[in-house]
Amino acid sequence: MAADRLAPRDNGAPDFRKYLHPAMRRNYGRWVDHENIKPGVYKHISEDGEELFTVRAGSPRMLSIHKVRQICDAADRYCEGHLRFTTRNNIEFLLTKAEDVEPLINEIETVLGFPVGGTGRSISNILHTQGWLHCNLPGTDASGSVKAIMDVLYEEFRRDDLPQRLKISTSCCQINCGSHADIAIILQHHHPPRLDHERIASCELPKVVGICPVAAIRPARKGGRNTVEVVKEKCMYCGACHGQCPGLEIRDADTDTLAVWVGGKSASTRGGPAFMKLATFGLPNNPPRWPEVSDAVRKIVDAYKDGARQYERVGEWIERVGWKHFFEVTGFEFTRYHIDSYRFARTSFNISAQARR
Amino acid sequence: MLDQLEQGPWPSFVTDLKQLAASKATVGQLLGQLEKSYRDRWDYWTGTVLNLSGYGGGVLARYSDLRDEFPEVAQFHTVRIIEPSGYVYSTEALRELCDISEEYSAGILQLHGMTGDVLMLGSDNQATHAAGEALMSKGWDIGGSGGALRTISCCIGPARCEMTCFDTLGLAKFLTDTFISELHRPEFPYKFKFKLSGCANDCAGSMMRSDLPLIGTWRDDIKVDQEAAAGFIEQNGEEFVIGNVVSRCPTRCISLRGGRLDINNDNCVHCMHCINVMHSALRPGDDRGATILIGGKRTLKIGDMFSSLLVPFMKMQTQEDWDALVDLVRRIWDFWTEYALEHERVGEFIDRISMTSFLDGIGLEPDPRMVKEPRTNSYIKFEEYGPPRFHGEPPQPPNVVDREVIGPEADEAAGNPNRQSGADEAIPDGGNAGDANKAGGGAKGAS
Repeated sequence: MAADRLAPRDNGAPDFRKYLHPAMRRNYGRWVDHENIKPGVYKHISEDGEELFTVRAGSPRMLSIHKVRQICDAADRYCEGHLRFTTRNNIEFLLTKAEDVEPLINEIETVLGFPVGGTGRSISNILHTQGWLHCNLPGTDASGSVKAIMDVLYEEFRRDDLPQRLKISTSCCQINCGSHADIAIILQHHHPPRLDHERIASCELPKVVGICPVAAIRPARKGGRNTVEVVKEKCMYCGACHGQCPGLEIRDADTDTLAVWVGGKSASTRGGPAFMKLATFGLPNNPPRWPEVSDAVRKIVDAYKDGARQYERVGEWIERVGWKHFFEVTGFEFTRYHIDSYRFARTSFNISAQARR
Repeated sequence: MLDQLEQGPWPSFVTDLKQLAASKATVGQLLGQLEKSYRDRWDYWTGTVLNLSGYGGGVLARYSDLRDEFPEVAQFHTVRIIEPSGYVYSTEALRELCDISEEYSAGILQLHGMTGDVLMLGSDNQATHAAGEALMSKGWDIGGSGGALRTISCCIGPARCEMTCFDTLGLAKFLTDTFISELHRPEFPYKFKFKLSGCANDCAGSMMRSDLPLIGTWRDDIKVDQEAAAGFIEQNGEEFVIGNVVSRCPTRCISLRGGRLDINNDNCVHCMHCINVMHSALRPGDDRGATILIGGKRTLKIGDMFSSLLVPFMKMQTQEDWDALVDLVRRIWDFWTEYALEHERVGEFIDRISMTSFLDGIGLEPDPRMVKEPRTNSYIKFEEYGPPRFHGEPPQPPNVVDREVIGPEADEAAGNPNRQSGADEAIPDGGNAGDANKAGGGAKGAS
């Protein structure tokens, strides 16, 4: 393409000021309070007493342009043509007329087919990335398992009667794109990468060697050409090399499984952020609906609902009642694999004489 | 198998894409390939590189491994588009994205990717270039990928939240525009992410998902409306307030005395819990700013890392405040890009060279708020005491490669006034053990 025909570069971020709902523009930085009127509906109040209603709807994140245009139609009708999305892929319709809230909810639920909810003490939408639909590294799908799990947790999205908000994520490999969450589903590999020396030949070998976190990959010569070899005793099946060079195939359709992790938290509230911990593992990678995963998630949600106190996130609940109790009430088995064997493992041991009976 | 994902109450992307397939042949073939993935439990995409003219990232190029069977998706790329701060849109803007997507790609939008971008799926090599030009001519811009600054995301902040302690949306746009070259042209050892949250509730997920989280905070007193607090206590009962507010305060700095809330603000860590519960009665103070943290990332390679505190409080109100942040970020990038290994995130880098060396490298003084507790092991290389010498020979500077080798002139040229004074001295000939070791100690981990 000739240089003189190129569009301007480095435009930067779109100007959000143009896109703010008029009420947001008027009251920018001047909000004083909010009210969770009912599941999925917030009312924010400004210094001047102006009210802005937010109706939150769950979306599949992946949207056809037809669907986006339908969403726009609803926002044009009720929201003066303005809306926003949340970090967790929810759509937030913004409006100033209280009497429009119910007709809007009706349009969202019937025309768009989206549930209204995800606010306050509910299970919000699941964070995920591409999976088989468009990633080059995944061992499983993302959008499909999200759909299947949210089918099971549909009512928890639409209600807000949990002890505290509950966030879920899925990841299709151990890069963990979905990130930490109260409950996270992550694919797990079970053997070192298989080597395809033909494909490795086109990779940058020093980078392939350098990317291994446990130095299990070494330069090697095979069949008269430079390649790599993997020390299988050192390899921990993380798959870092696979992202660097597709000739090191970490995935295996027959042996990859899914593990469920609990207790992750990003907010610095109360005890601060927390890593998630292994709850159960070895669940089959079972498309199209991954029922074993949904069952495990359901068990955790039910036990949490039953046992946690108000304002306790999943990890805070388990910290209070103890992991022994967690494994008892969920029915998951505590195994040797639950004891950390990686860096800082000792920091996860019980260094005290305190033990529940 | 995908049919089974059309059942159940949650909205089905399969149903949506099937309807789209009626007008877009590529989408039909996309579903065909996905169906095969579901049957085989196998992925059929190969990742490759495709760059728009002048850019070094922003397109996730995918070739189908099944291009004979599904020729329409032989090249099926994703364009990352920088989102407006706070994910706010006018329908006009969204419809514009729809029109471009309809004309040049498969008509699938993802709102949004985990980094924050709008993802526009499904264009081949030629159409990707055309889509990029169409987007940019309408004022949109392309997001980051690879060893570059990634697209920045933030919470809704002052646009609709009373808790926020700085202008997350404005700062996200300012940082994006200021660092737009670093975003488009990969020059880093690996990716670098900012996420901005207006308070400790961290709605942007910055702690776990960014290298440099900015989290809103304040340094004066929590604002208490005792009348509203009394109303809350009366409505919910003292027991509720003690159980859910007083006893959940991580530093026990809030108490209930004679029906009034009493807060020891000196011991408050600005965690937001009491404000969340009693949001009609409590608000962050007026002297607001941000806490800056460093080093968060997800699992690959060496394991999960949260960010840790770097600067306890920085004002984020004026252009000068924002420029001071830009200066700090540039110091971090200069040091990290100079000494990091290939594919080493800044958190991994700090783990390898030590936080002390990192602070020296970027010119920040240690602060007790950077740690949970001081070290518990006694194996310390004190820079003030030289290693023992035989026969009284003068101490030698440690035999390490360090930035002081470059000399003090280089530091001055780099305009780095915040560096420790001791580290700015040239290595002496000998006889001054303290200075010699201090000079050598600064960046010894970077060797």
